[in-house]
Order: sequence, then C-alpha cells, then structure tokens
Amino acid sequence: MRRMLLEGLARRPLTEKPPAADDAALAELAASLERAARRRLGRSLAIREVDAGSCNGCELEIHALNNAFYDLERFGLRFVASPRHADVLLVTGPVTKNMRQALERTYRATPDPKWVVALGDCATDGGIFAGSYAVAGGVSNVVPVDLHIRGCPPSPAAILKGLIALLEPANGRAAVR
Amino acid sequence: MPSLADTIEGKRVEGHRPWPRIVVTADGWRGAAIELAAGRATLLGLWGDADPAPLVHMAISDATAAAEILVVSLACPDQRFPSVGVLHPPAIRLERAIQSLYGYAPTGAPDDRPWLDLGFWNVQHPLGARRPAPAARPPYDFLPVEGEALHQIPVGPVHAGIIEPGHFRFTATGETVVRLEQRLGYVHKGIESLMAGATIERAAKLAARTSGDSTVAYGIAFAHAVEAALRIDVPPRARYLRALMAELERLANHLGDIGAVCNDASFSIMHAHCGILREHVLRAAAASFGHRLMMDRVVPGGVTADLTPDRAMQIRNALQEIRRRLPQLVNLYDNTASLQDRTVGTGIVRAEWAQQFGAGGFVGRASGRIFDARKAPGYAPYDTLDFSVPIFAEGDVNARVWVRIREVEQSLSLVEQIIRRLPDGPVAVPAEGGAGEGLGFAEAFRGDVLVAVRIEGGKIARCHLRDPSWFQWPLLEAAIEGNIVADFPLCNKSFNCSYSGHDL
Repeated sequence: MRRMLLEGLARRPLTEKPPAADDAALAELAASLERAARRRLGRSLAIREVDAGSCNGCELEIHALNNAFYDLERFGLRFVASPRHADVLLVTGPVTKNMRQALERTYRATPDPKWVVALGDCATDGGIFAGSYAVAGGVSNVVPVDLHIRGCPPSPAAILKGLIALLEPANGRAAVR
Repeated sequence: MPSLADTIEGKRVEGHRPWPRIVVTADGWRGAAIELAAGRATLLGLWGDADPAPLVHMAISDATAAAEILVVSLACPDQRFPSVGVLHPPAIRLERAIQSLYGYAPTGAPDDRPWLDLGFWNVQHPLGARRPAPAARPPYDFLPVEGEALHQIPVGPVHAGIIEPGHFRFTATGETVVRLEQRLGYVHKGIESLMAGATIERAAKLAARTSGDSTVAYGIAFAHAVEAALRIDVPPRARYLRALMAELERLANHLGDIGAVCNDASFSIMHAHCGILREHVLRAAAASFGHRLMMDRVVPGGVTADLTPDRAMQIRNALQEIRRRLPQLVNLYDNTASLQDRTVGTGIVRAEWAQQFGAGGFVGRASGRIFDARKAPGYAPYDTLDFSVPIFAEGDVNARVWVRIREVEQSLSLVEQIIRRLPDGPVAVPAEGGAGEGLGFAEAFRGDVLVAVRIEGGKIARCHLRDPSWFQWPLLEAAIEGNIVADFPLCNKSFNCSYSGHDL
C-alpha cells in the first residue's frame, strides 16, 4: 500500500479541469431562485441523493462524480447520508407511485433553505416510463424543482456542469440571460 | 436420464423458439413443481399472461443440462393455479408478484401477502382484470418474531448511500441479526405494462432501462428473444460487437464492485483505484460506441454502432492500463489483514441454497454453482471464444470478490480475442413485422437475464423480463443471519442485487 501511496504522490493528479457552469442550468436557476437565496448557498453544499424510481443508470454516473477524474468534493459539494444534513436533494428517476410518499417525506425532512435538482430525462418528465399506472411522472409533479439536468443518463461532466451552476455567484453570469 | 420434455407431458405450442413450450394440465404443472422441488430441474422464471385468457408460464431447465429448457404453460380460467412455491420456495416471490400484477391466486401458497404492489397504484392487478384499489392502504404484516431481547431496525426505502430504494426489516439480538426481511417494489415502473402494444424499437428502449447497470445484457437478452420469435439471423459482426460491449459492461461493473465492497469495509484506497479503472472502461466505451453505458447500442437485428480500428485501439489501451494496475490492487486486497477480517467468513451462502435457488452470477459461483448463460444454454460468439467460468466453494463476501477478480481477468482476455477476431460485414438487419414467441438469455455481470416475448403483428403482445436478482435477493436474507448489523452493507454490496431489475 505504501508503494501505491508514494506513486500517487509522484504521479500527476488525474483530476480534470472543472467545466464551466452550464448556461441552461444557470438560466433556469436565475429564474427559479431569488438572489438572496443564491447567496445563502455559499461554496459548500451537502447533497442528499434520492432514487425515486430510476433504472440505476443515473446512480452510476453520480457515483462517478466521486472518482479521481471528477472529484466532486473539490467544489465543496459532498454527498451526505441523511436529508436532515442536506441543502440539496438530487432526485433521479420517474417518481414511482411507490416512492412518491418517501420522496415527499424526504423533502419535508430536509431543513430550509433547500433546493431540488431533478437529474436525468425520467426525473424531468417521466421519460420513457411516463404514462404507466405505477409512475407519478417527473419530480416536479411531486416536489418543487429548482434545476433540471437532462440526459439518459447525463454524463458526469454534464452533472458537474449543472451542479457548478448552483455555486455560481448570484451577481455573476446568471444575470446575463 | 429422461429429459424434461419426457417427464412433463403437455401439448406443444407451435411458433415458440428456440426451446419448446407446452401447455399442461394442473397435474402436469404440479409434476413440474415436483421436478423443481426434487432438485432435478431449475426454476428460470414464472410469470403471468392475460391474453387471450388467464395463463401462467414457468420456464425450467434440467438441473444437470442447463441447455435443456422447457416452458410450461397452464391455463387458469378461474384465476387460480397450483402453487409451485409450496413445494419449491424460490417460486414464492414470483407467485406473489403474479398475484399482485394479475390477480391469479396460487392455491396452497405458503405466503399470500402482496409483492411489488405496496398499495399506492390506485389500481389492483394492473396486468390482469384491473379494478380500483381500496381507498385505504391495507397494512402489510412483516413476519412475526418472538423471543427475548429482540429489537427491530427498519431501514429504507431511502438509504444512506447513493443506492436504490428498498425496505429492510432487521430483527436483531444485540448486534447479531436473527432475521432480515426485505420488502421491495419501490421502483416498480410498470415496465411490462408499457411493453404491451409497444413497437419493437420502443420495447428495446424499455428493456435497456430495466436495470441501467446491465443495459447491454438486457439489450442482448431482449434481442435474442425477438430474433428467436421472428427467426432473424444476425450478422456475425453484430454478435461479436454485442459480446464486446457485454464484456466491457462486465468489466466496468466488476471493477466498480470490487472497490465498493472494500469501501463498505472502510478501505477506501481500493475504491479510489478501482474507480479510476472503471472510468477508463467507460471512457473507452463512450469513445467507441458513443455512450458510456452503451445504452440502446444493442437492438433486435444487430447493433446501432460500429467499431473503427482506431477506437478498437483505444479499448485495448484502456485494458492495458487495467492489466498493469490490477495485480497490485489484488495484492493489496489479499494482503490487508484488516480488510480480509471483514470479508472472509462473512455472509455465507450455502452451496445447497445457491443450487436450490438457481442463483446465477457471482452469488452462485462463489457458492459452487457453475452456471453461466454464455456457456449453457450458450450463444454466439462465445462458442468460438476461449474463457473459463471461475468458481469458489466458500460462499462468503471474500469468495464473491474473488469471482469478480477472476472474471475481470477472463473479460480482459475475451475483449482481446473479440477485437482480434472481429469479422467484417454489416452490423444489423431489419427486425420488424411478423409474429412469434421467443425466449432469450444473456449473461449480465450479476447473472443470467431471461426475456420472454410474444409478438403479434410486429408489436409486442407480452414481454416478461426476469432479472437474476429474483433468485439472489432471498439468499441475502439467509446469508445475513447470524452476522452483525454493521456487516450488512458489506454483504449487500457483495450481492449487489438490482432493485430496478427486480421491481421492473
């Protein structure tokens, strides 16, 4: 193990340059969040991931955010184990009817101020599962959503771009569009 | 030894491929259940059908000849059928699901509680004769537990990590788990109802989203079933490319799992390094096939992406990096006493359970069950490729890690062979129109996926998808018994069952 750690010190980091915030995400946030609220987000955000019915594809790419290439924590973004510790709920999946109540309860358990990010095409509008007897639809049908990140599943880079938009200062680029 | 088809009498159905389907009487159905209970046959799937009249189907294989497969169908006009679960426990959850989805009652069943239906759908028996659900949600009774100094720990559906939702009810005495009872169904999306009436193209997309981590395997199993039903001959190059994608998927998942199991034993350096190797595979997949998980790349008739020589080189380079790094990681895993202390002897699945449940993948192979759908029933191009199926006898977390390590090595070699032998030619033929019934398998990283389809007028009339997790989840309940609560995440990760694939 010592050798691996030493090698790690000698090697250039694998971590890649952060992408710029996603313009569409910034525009959506600017529309949905008040300036004061944006300031309170600060540079450190605790994220609680909630799978509300996903096929688990989105979860795989969220996991990838923690690997050495994307290294999410360098932005002050980290995943927490309880909604009670969270600022942001990152919700995936078409919300199944079987998960609707659990999602509502998770939302209520998250202290204010809080933000909801709907991740993936299914979370946006139910995706390919829309219309099923077992599906309640997109996340915004169940809890208020501040930001959508599309994709099936969105790549880690796309997720990162969306989440970085949460951290952009309120008087920055968001005001433009 | 008499074959299954000789033992179980019934009327052969025309147009079901590639294995026979027979319609049996209630006695024939019970006969099949007796074969299962006696260990002479293995249960592959059990599902309902409402068209043209109430039916139940059961896919079984000979316990000693996995390629000998038979589908047994029983009409149940009074919406009842003889329980298989009463004789053969692996059928219990499948029967409960049939009862919830179709309303067909397994007579004599040992457990008549609903499964998948948690009472939130507003409708009962969504795939059978629908009726409005009662306004008040009926309570769900967990199995009773009695004894001194027992306490219960309810966990989920929302879990602490970035994982799928499900409910675990632990009963513990002190730190030791005396019983785990699972309640699943939270991510039930009604995929089989969306399948009905769908075009083959749309149905392939749904199949590919049954369990995202096995999207390639589901694509292959679905394609196999459709191609069998419609008698479509797939070009050799497409078969090789499918296998290439399947092995990349297996590599990515196994590498992720090896790291994640260690992470759940609080040994995060393995997780970090395995995560890097996994990312190399996904990037090579994205560069070669245009999607990191290779979703929608396998379709009935062939594949939707071809491989150029320079992309093949990129895959080779990624694998070279894994070959270079992996031995060091394996060495670290094997020589860290604190890590071995957590994984060795933890969460043991006994060999007879794996056999009885027909558990596939690393769960079965870590407990001595050698079944691998790539070998038997087998499918092209694996018959021309050289690989072995690793098995271990211990059945613990450590053995399940080792199966993955050995399979990573096998997959590295398979990818190399596939790229070297990749035949020229087209990568797809049209798959549309027609009618027929088909059964298809694919070996996903966690075990065998089974897909059964019936196609009428070019549309899907019925499609059933059976995830390997159906026969692994119940073994997790058994494996955790007598272990400490704190080892549950470790055991659970070593199984890595799919919630979405199971819940559908």
